[in-house]
Amino acid sequence: MKSIVQEILENYPNAGRDSLIPILQHVQEKMGFLSEESVVEVGKYLQLPASKIFGVATFYNQFRFTQPGKYHVQVCRGTACHVLGSSTVLIEIEKQLKAKAGQTTKDKLFSLEVVACIGACGLAPVISINGEFHAKVTSESIKSIIDEYRNREE
Amino acid sequence: MSLTIEVNNNRMFAEQGDTILDVLNRNGMSVPTLCHMKGLIPTGSCRMCVVEVHGRRNLVTACSEPVCDGMQISTHSARVVESRKTIVELLLSNHPDDCLYCERNGNCELQKLSEDLNVRERRISGQKNNYKLDVSSSSIVRDPAKCILCGRCVRVCEEIEAVSAIEFVGRGSKTFIDTSFNHGLNLSSCVNCGQCIMVCPTGALKEKSHLTETKDYLSNPDKVTVIQYAPSISVSLAEEFGIPAGTNIIGKMNAALRRIGFNYVFDTSFSADLTIMEEASELVERVKKGENLPMITSCCPGWVKYAEGFHHDMIPNLSSCKSPQQMMGAIIKSYFAETEGIDPEKIYSVSVMPCTAKKFEQQREEMTHNGISDVDAVLTTRELARLIRLHGIDIQNLEPEIADSPLGTRSSAGKIFGASGGVMEAAIRTAHYMITGKEMVKFQVTAVRGFSGRKEAKVKVGELEVGVAVVSGLKNAEILLDEIRKGRNDIHFVEVMACPGGCINGGGQPIGAQEDAIKARMATLYDIDEKDAIKVSHKNPYIIELYSKFPGKPSGTKATNCFIHITKKGRN
Repeated sequence: MKSIVQEILENYPNAGRDSLIPILQHVQEKMGFLSEESVVEVGKYLQLPASKIFGVATFYNQFRFTQPGKYHVQVCRGTACHVLGSSTVLIEIEKQLKAKAGQTTKDKLFSLEVVACIGACGLAPVISINGEFHAKVTSESIKSIIDEYRNREE
Repeated sequence: MSLTIEVNNNRMFAEQGDTILDVLNRNGMSVPTLCHMKGLIPTGSCRMCVVEVHGRRNLVTACSEPVCDGMQISTHSARVVESRKTIVELLLSNHPDDCLYCERNGNCELQKLSEDLNVRERRISGQKNNYKLDVSSSSIVRDPAKCILCGRCVRVCEEIEAVSAIEFVGRGSKTFIDTSFNHGLNLSSCVNCGQCIMVCPTGALKEKSHLTETKDYLSNPDKVTVIQYAPSISVSLAEEFGIPAGTNIIGKMNAALRRIGFNYVFDTSFSADLTIMEEASELVERVKKGENLPMITSCCPGWVKYAEGFHHDMIPNLSSCKSPQQMMGAIIKSYFAETEGIDPEKIYSVSVMPCTAKKFEQQREEMTHNGISDVDAVLTTRELARLIRLHGIDIQNLEPEIADSPLGTRSSAGKIFGASGGVMEAAIRTAHYMITGKEMVKFQVTAVRGFSGRKEAKVKVGELEVGVAVVSGLKNAEILLDEIRKGRNDIHFVEVMACPGGCINGGGQPIGAQEDAIKARMATLYDIDEKDAIKVSHKNPYIIELYSKFPGKPSGTKATNCFIHITKKGRN
């Protein structure tokens, strides 16, 4: 059976190293993240060392290397959100989830990402969970928001 | 077309395509460099080598800027010096302040630059990154906190060794050098050659030291300590003590090793002779049967791991011989122990190697039999120098001594193993004798000598014309292997060394040696060969004796097979 990555690579016949980023984007779109196996497979196809691909991928913020959780939490750290205290919001979320930015919780329920601006400055500080926006969050309100998603699972 | 440029008001001639740095170096002038590597395409990323060019608004990097006619350059104007000083201050701003404890104290390019540029206070205080030490590898320790991101290790790993185990990871101030998916070096494709250590300007890369355990066992009265040293050690150790490069101090080294307390001092060149006996007869067999050709040497552990990881299909072509270090180790704990009546478990066997991959090789599972490992500790040339200094030995004033018998006697064929092409030349000498029954008229095979990364020759052995190729630097090996896969069949025997120039330029050799020094080491090895009476491995009297005690011709001997040959397998 063909792996997902192999299917993706069929769309890039005779690809060279200049196709690396489009391929990685494609892999992430299908799989949600870049696994070690997929990086090795892309490397074999493009004849690039895995370390090189990892180097390129870590340079860009858009790539992630852990499986996203069921709920993907994006914390806006744009200017408006920063001014209104998004740094304490982030600390509180990290505390609640017991995961750092870029990580996924052990139960695979939540993953946390820091983003520069999600274009909702009027709602600052704002977080987005699977595309649902939560406006004017405070470190006090975080727990109840997270709990709400946790309760959906029970 | 010759160009004329003006440097600090002096006229200099240049050729089209020269960089400013080329011209400066040719004229005996220097500007400091960090990321620059001779022979590789310049990156111009560290900006240490900036110079001022008349008419140009910004400073330009001398390493990457091509000269043009009439260029007016100033290399040490106030603006240039200030700029360089700022770069060093910025590099120091997040650098650990533990020079006194650092491996490279006194031998650090960053330390030297900061001294040369008169940096006397911490002007810029940067946020320090909190990186973990990577001690996972059996050969190399990485300390990203001391890394200044010059990228030389990344480039040597990719462009010289074709391994690419490490790469720049992350971005901006969080950039550091790491393996794929932040694994330890032991899980990466690293072949442990140690060339990254050789190019590192700071203490960010160093060998995994075996010095402490060696010292402990030296003072353990229940242990019999045995030491062996590789062919290239005696011509490179001198530099660590301020003796001119290429001086052979084998006699003083023997004396020093005994002063340190080693009970027996042996020369790995002896087992290099043994390797030749085995490898040459293996070659003769293979050529007769036409099987698994070209045969490829297996004495370089960096190359062996590279083949296992990157070129599985070529593994049947590798010689089944263990490396001289491991052969010697095995013989010490079997033949030697038996003859001397020593319990092998009481022997602590140390080797001094120009190499970090030997530390990995020593720990391979194939190198342990019934719970007894062939070799117990591997020291680099640098570690041996440290051990000698630690014992307060004034090596310059020691009376030369000779190594112990029988495992300290060598032919000069075993000695030239230290240079790229040496194994090939030694093997040809013995293979010639094995095939024709006669010695070569002229032993020198000059076509395989020298510093070039790729050497080829056709050697007449009786009726047979044998095609041989010698490569050093794994990138060159990769190119050659690709040619062989594509159908080249005129080569019968290939010698591969991971380090450019062979063991004399190994990853365990003194840091900071220039090309001249390495060439001097090579010249000395061939000079020893020139002056030696026994130039072929099969005439080494103790090799003859060894084979008479383990009857059977080389390569077919049951008793020797188990401890001087191994089966190599692929790895992911």
